[in-house]
Amino acid sequence: MQRILARNETLVSLILLAFCAVTAWIEPSFLSVAALFDLFRNSIVPAMFAVGVLLVLASGGIDVSFTAIAAFAMYVGTKAMIAFGMGDSILVAFLVAGAIGLVLGLINGFFIATLGLPTLIVTLGTLSVFRGFLLTFVGTQLITAVPTGMRAFSRTMLIRFTAADGTIVSLPIAFLLLVIAVALTWLLLNRTMLGRSIYALGGAPESALRVGVNVVGVQYFVYAYVGVLSSIAGIVHASLARVANPFDLVGLELSVIAAVVLGGARLSGGHGTILGTLLGVALIVVINNSLIVLGIPTTWQNVVTGSLILFGTGVPALRTRFAALRAG
Amino acid sequence: MSERVASACMAFANWPRRLLSDNLGRLALITALVFAGMSVAQPALFLTRANFSSMAFQFPEFALLGLAVMVSMLTGGIDLSVIGLANLSSMLAVMAMRSLAADPHAPGAAPAIAVGIAALLGAGALGGLLNGLAIAAIGIPPILATLGTGLIFTGIAVVLSDGAAVLGFPDAISVLGNGALLGVPAPVLVFAALAAALAFLLNWTSFGLRVYLLGTNALAARFAGINNFRITLGAYLISGLLAAVAGLIIAVRANSAKADYGASYLLLSILISVLGGINPYGGFGKVSGLVLAVLSLQFLSSGLNLLQVSNFAVDMTWGALLLLVMVINTGGLRRPFGARVVRLIERRKR
Repeated sequence: MQRILARNETLVSLILLAFCAVTAWIEPSFLSVAALFDLFRNSIVPAMFAVGVLLVLASGGIDVSFTAIAAFAMYVGTKAMIAFGMGDSILVAFLVAGAIGLVLGLINGFFIATLGLPTLIVTLGTLSVFRGFLLTFVGTQLITAVPTGMRAFSRTMLIRFTAADGTIVSLPIAFLLLVIAVALTWLLLNRTMLGRSIYALGGAPESALRVGVNVVGVQYFVYAYVGVLSSIAGIVHASLARVANPFDLVGLELSVIAAVVLGGARLSGGHGTILGTLLGVALIVVINNSLIVLGIPTTWQNVVTGSLILFGTGVPALRTRFAALRAG
Repeated sequence: MSERVASACMAFANWPRRLLSDNLGRLALITALVFAGMSVAQPALFLTRANFSSMAFQFPEFALLGLAVMVSMLTGGIDLSVIGLANLSSMLAVMAMRSLAADPHAPGAAPAIAVGIAALLGAGALGGLLNGLAIAAIGIPPILATLGTGLIFTGIAVVLSDGAAVLGFPDAISVLGNGALLGVPAPVLVFAALAAALAFLLNWTSFGLRVYLLGTNALAARFAGINNFRITLGAYLISGLLAAVAGLIIAVRANSAKADYGASYLLLSILISVLGGINPYGGFGKVSGLVLAVLSLQFLSSGLNLLQVSNFAVDMTWGALLLLVMVINTGGLRRPFGARVVRLIERRKR
């Protein structure tokens, strides 16, 4: 019991439940399947980012460049679909974007693993470089006429039915991609040597090295994985928004990292779970969605999110502090 | 005697190597190279009074934010709330001035300006203390604490102004953004004065020494009898004050305060600090390095602008410069693999 209470996931779940309860009390329609699906839909892209960020944080690093990678891959992927005349097949976009994500991720990996530079500085630098390259050499025009393949993808529904009140409730197929990404990453982190090596590297790099973890290889893998996952999220973002805007996404990186840390991952590495990460993302999305329902003007959104970050990280921090005091 | 002459000659002959063995020397060289390169590429435009004047008006605002981030980094933390606090403080200042001096063009607004400056510095100090308390008293990691407070500061500014620009600076204070003394733009004077004061504080007072000790090894600092709580609080207080002054200069130059001014300055101010040789894990870095970093970035961006390169490409070269300097500073590939892994481990231990 003590252990369950002490977990970050428990705290986040409680805040999440409290928020949902208050919202549902004021606006009963919040408890409908439609509202739930809306929440799922809004979580797809941030949750895919967050799962990648979790991997980086667990390995003891930090990545702020993933949004630039996503924007890069999204824009080039969309352009490639049009340029190759293969606008019908979204697979092209995913393949092109995935390849771009892989290459850009490996560039991060090169600076971090091979040259041994601090992760924050490297990804801060590559954030500017990737974004600058995209906007200078690829283009700044938004593509509002996204290829038919993307439109079809955004219209394909995983679940679709008519609710009792006659409204059509649906969940896009892109949600399946998130489920796959989450399942794969969970398996990777919890059921493979590689996953355990990532935690080991984040927890104690020296010990990881001594027990024979290929430190350089693991770091390359982590940054490549984040790159590929972010790129796919980028294509999903463009499909759902039906516009490929090269200025989109960059600027979200710190709030995604905040969501992952709210979910219990530590910036010092070695900690963090998939469940916690998803709860952290859900909390941020629910709050942004329910402020309007609660009648709080949207101008207060920043204040509420900021206070929540302080509260969600402050309570565990205080608890650790008191535990240390008690232990003497 | 001749031996001393010989050793002096040796020392003189060795100066290039000595210069390059030191981060600051390398950065000075890079700054000089950027300056020389731009002068050669665009001599008719770069080496002009107009260009120097425009550069001198541009850099102080983000240089001050860089100083604010630097102080927090020296303690081993980071301050992501500088932009939010800068905008909130300047907004409170302009609101205070406007309510006391209804007509901005009327002379004799001195009391209104005094109250406005007090509001500005008060907001900066309070915001900084809030950061310090969240980090030192509650124990929230600095990156998250200041991310949260930064959102709150920006949010309060949005709520106060409904997201619109707030006008109404008295004429007298606009001098801070647009005036000049003996040909030196006022923002540069403000920056130079604060940079000198910060350098004095860090290098010549016991507070400064304690900041460096805390950043190098917080545990050792505690056992050496240093009150880490008070030093952290002090560092973030200074960071908040510097951010508030930066906010005033940004607002005066734009002739209004707004919640989302300078959004791109956040990553830029971190980039400046790191480029200037401030160790993001704490304990190392000098004001002079930061000044060199600011100058090199300003030369680069002004020069590229004169060469008609787009602003996005300028961002790209800034990022590339950061990576390049880091690779040079750490020896990059020349170091054997084992040493790099050891570095990874040492880095993590801090």
